Amino acid sequence: MDILMMLATTRRVLEQLRHDRRSIALILVVPALLLTAVYFLFENEALPSGAPRTFDRVGLMMLAIFPFVVMFLVTSITMLRERTSGTLERLLTTPVHKADLLFGYGLAFSIMAALQSLVATAVAYWVFDLDIEGPPGFVVLIAVINAVLGVALGLLCSAFARTEFQAVQFMPVVVVPQILLCGLFVARDRMNDALESISNVLPLTFSVDALQEIAANAEATEQMWRDAAIMGAIVLGVLVLASLTLRRRTA
Amino acid sequence: MSRSAAEITGRTHDGGAVAARGLTVVRRRVPVLRELDFAIPAGQITGLLGPSGSGKTTLMRAIVGVQRVTSGSVRVLGLPAGSSALRHQVGYVTQSPSVYPDLTVEGNVRYFGAMHRQGAAEAAEAIAAVGLEPQARQKTADLSGGQLSRVSLACALVARPRLLVLDEPTVGLDPVLRADLWGRFRAMAAQGTTLLVSSHVMEEASHCESLLLLREGRLLAQLTPAELSRRGHSADLEKAFLHIIQEAGEERGPAAEDRAAQDGSVR
Repeated sequence: MDILMMLATTRRVLEQLRHDRRSIALILVVPALLLTAVYFLFENEALPSGAPRTFDRVGLMMLAIFPFVVMFLVTSITMLRERTSGTLERLLTTPVHKADLLFGYGLAFSIMAALQSLVATAVAYWVFDLDIEGPPGFVVLIAVINAVLGVALGLLCSAFARTEFQAVQFMPVVVVPQILLCGLFVARDRMNDALESISNVLPLTFSVDALQEIAANAEATEQMWRDAAIMGAIVLGVLVLASLTLRRRTA
Repeated sequence: MSRSAAEITGRTHDGGAVAARGLTVVRRRVPVLRELDFAIPAGQITGLLGPSGSGKTTLMRAIVGVQRVTSGSVRVLGLPAGSSALRHQVGYVTQSPSVYPDLTVEGNVRYFGAMHRQGAAEAAEAIAAVGLEPQARQKTADLSGGQLSRVSLACALVARPRLLVLDEPTVGLDPVLRADLWGRFRAMAAQGTTLLVSSHVMEEASHCESLLLLREGRLLAQLTPAELSRRGHSADLEKAFLHIIQEAGEERGPAAEDRAAQDGSVR
């Protein structure tokens, strides 16, 4: 591990992104727009007095899901390009360590994810008066961990795709099941046993659980920290798997 | 006992930058390189020549250490190819330019430089060496094909490697630039850098001090351009090479195939 090479990689990835306005818009603006759409979807719901708005539940979860989806997409394509263009092979002939590359990528996209969730969370709080018990700082923290999870899975999945078309095909396979089963549509304890046990091992489940803890409690709970720690462990595990797909010597 | 490349060129293994012994690569059951034995002298330009599909790129990849080798060995600067200690000393420029199109020329060279702890000054020097100073701040994607391959070259030069492996570096370049690059390569060799340059254009052989002739994964010969034209009975290196291929084909025949593979050279 070499911090300078890692930072050079982070800087390079951010610089590449800087030249790509559309991707920046995808990362920073689109989640806030989608959140706006979610708000207006539930604008006219009839609530019994005192009942929490659906937006406070669904909008909050969206704050974790957007960074996951967007970062998965952006990372898997970027890394695939790196693999197919020959730049990865070239890099692996230099002294750079695999960890420098992966963590360099991870850091660059985490920075973008932090910016993204700052924008989206700010919109949720200030424009749409998101009403939850816990502090917004924790929401941003969970969103960033989720984004890094998207980055890690994207790095890993890129190894199993040959074209950008194939890379995008991982969206319905890797991303959609997690969204379906994370507790957004149906509370997890009301799922049948099979689905619930699958949902128990999907990474996104832990972040939705953590967000529900934040929504319900003014202070950070032990459960929230546990969820965050499990997410962190999963991210590290996936990054290790991704590093195994980076081979200096190939057939 | 096969005649080693060192005997052919009259050099010893000691001064060699690269030494291969029985190097064999089989990819998906297809032999790509067969029992290659040769040495590449240090501080010279060695040309790797052969028709397309003869295994040039695979051989270069084996020397750089990114190719899985089936049997035999390659030693580079005294170490097994691919050793981590070599990563600072061996530069590799792939055939299709491997650079980031969405970065500037400077951004590319500085990034690859950073992998070798080189800074802005060295990056500027490498960009100047390939004559791209005016384009330094342009996005790489906006450059022409020839400029793109020079960016790729600069990304290798910035590391100041002791061994530079170049896969068809002059493809798509106009004659002026090609002459310019060969001049640059000669200057680098004069300063002690070892260069291995592949090409399928035989004219380029004349720029090299030593030639490796490859065909269908076999080393036909290792010789100097002068020897090539003598043995091929033609001052036109292209014709000389064709002659040598013909000769090798006649000599070998189906029954003698194994012996020829062992021998790895042309008499």
